[in-house]
Amino acid sequence: MAFLEIKDLRKAFGPLSVVQNFELAVEGGEFVSFLGPSGCGKTTTLRMVAGFEQPSAGTIRINGRDVTGLRPNQRNVGMVFQSYALFPNMTVAENVGFGLKVARRPAAEIGARVEEMLRLIKLPTLAGRYPYQLSGGQQQRVALARALAIKPQVLLLDEPLSALDAKIRVALREEIRSVQRKLGITTIYVTHDQEEALSMSDRIVVMNEGRVEQIGTPFEIYNYPRTRFVASFVGTLNILRARVTDAGQRRIAIDGQEIVARRGLDGTASGELRAVALRPEAVSLSDPGGERNRLQGTIEDVSFLGSVVRIRVRFKENAISLDTFNNPGLAPPEPGREVTVTFAYDDVLVLEGEAS
Amino acid sequence: MKRSKLGPWLAIVIGAIYFLVPLIGTFEFSLRMRRGEYSFDAYRIVLGDPQFQATFAYSTCLALATILVGALLVVPTAYWIRLRLPGLRPVVEFITLLPLVIPAIVLVFGYLRIYNSSSWLPLTASDRATDLLLTFSYVTLALPYMYRAVDTGLRAIDVRTLTEAAESLGAGWPTILFRVIFPNVRVAVLSGAFLTFAIVIGEFTMASLLDRPAFGPYLQLIGANRAYEPSALAIIAFIVTWACMGLIQVFGRGARMAAETR
Repeated sequence: MAFLEIKDLRKAFGPLSVVQNFELAVEGGEFVSFLGPSGCGKTTTLRMVAGFEQPSAGTIRINGRDVTGLRPNQRNVGMVFQSYALFPNMTVAENVGFGLKVARRPAAEIGARVEEMLRLIKLPTLAGRYPYQLSGGQQQRVALARALAIKPQVLLLDEPLSALDAKIRVALREEIRSVQRKLGITTIYVTHDQEEALSMSDRIVVMNEGRVEQIGTPFEIYNYPRTRFVASFVGTLNILRARVTDAGQRRIAIDGQEIVARRGLDGTASGELRAVALRPEAVSLSDPGGERNRLQGTIEDVSFLGSVVRIRVRFKENAISLDTFNNPGLAPPEPGREVTVTFAYDDVLVLEGEAS
Repeated sequence: MKRSKLGPWLAIVIGAIYFLVPLIGTFEFSLRMRRGEYSFDAYRIVLGDPQFQATFAYSTCLALATILVGALLVVPTAYWIRLRLPGLRPVVEFITLLPLVIPAIVLVFGYLRIYNSSSWLPLTASDRATDLLLTFSYVTLALPYMYRAVDTGLRAIDVRTLTEAAESLGAGWPTILFRVIFPNVRVAVLSGAFLTFAIVIGEFTMASLLDRPAFGPYLQLIGANRAYEPSALAIIAFIVTWACMGLIQVFGRGARMAAETR
């Protein structure tokens, strides 16, 4: 059985439903991210796991114990907030030791644990400082130590890096992940930043409008998005309208030009309109030959992004962007030129639901 | 440029005369007990008067009790309103303002009707019980100041997230209130406390009508029967009040300096 099990979780504020039919099983030691735009219900779901919100329906089990009705202080979960939420009246050491002091542990044990935690977050010399004397990144690391000091069963992080500078964000991201690996603690991480989710997680739960859109490893989520929303939210994807011409032969047509789509055509009928996604890096202007899809189009726009040149090719209704590496020996192609773009059969992602 | 500065200066001078002249006059008069020369005789008499010491000590005790009860009543209330019942804030603010609108004499007559010796809760039957009633009535009088001070203090901290952080670390309500909330609004409670102290020391109506030996009625008694001593007492009372206000400034500045180093 999974370590953290969330079954059919729902939350409604009056008539407004913010989380619907949320199902998730997290294994012990796993790092799972909730990814989605603001208002998608990811924070509400996290807060229900923490106990700050009561679910309207459904159950939450941690290590086999039903915690749905328990108060937050009975759940033994560690929580890290976006705003750090360190106690301003306490020193770093007092903050980290707060949970143990509340649990009435002996002073010697608290001291040892605080020291261990401060070493873990690499701030062993700051024990006597007050929160206002620390930088944002240091404060968040202390908050992490404070949450971990009580040896929680589950660690919950609510957009912990959103308030920090880009550079510190990347450094701290790696540090959180390494601490999590070292302790092997089951972790849920809420973020709206796809890069964060992709780089840190064992699995990602992509949410939109209170629903789970897709659950999968970063590799699956990025390479094989199942829905249009996932495809557009994670990475920059080309979304095209295609008509299924022959479901059996796995053939679809984009603006009249037929291509082959290996995946996602099961259960479709010929003549149906579907949305199709193509990653910019999967599409190429050169033709290595062999079994590939080929589409004729006109270069509409060329933008130079430094290491990468992004080229926009229009067919008729549809257009796609593709990336080529910058080559100092070769000038980028001119707009208006007729070109053939090629991509592998496997790179065509037919998304769920009708094309809009 | 020079002309435009004249107006404000004029206002300051008029204001200063309005406030300072009576004060200086009172002070000067209080020094004239000995004929033909200035002396602190009036102060010596007042400060040496056992009744002064008794009433001042009594009022100080009551002020401390009022501050304690007021803080224990107001901090959890204001905290709870901020955390869980923000919709009730205007209502509570209105209620805390009522003591400014309803005259003390009306309040005390109400008390006497409800808690008189033949009522179901005869608080006026014994001296100790009346002290209790007087303390509660002072809490009521100080409510507008205490509530506002504490509410402002709570606004400066992220009450909700701090509460949740403490909760997830296993803390129950008493721990959250006394280890997290109270220490972080300490400065606010202190400034409310000094205002409360100033109010209680000078209060006359309630203490007089409840017939308790407080400093206010003593002031009145001396004022009605002596010549120089009342002026000395007035100056002493002013100094006590100013000391309270000065302490608010000192503690307030301490907090602000801590905030500025952020």
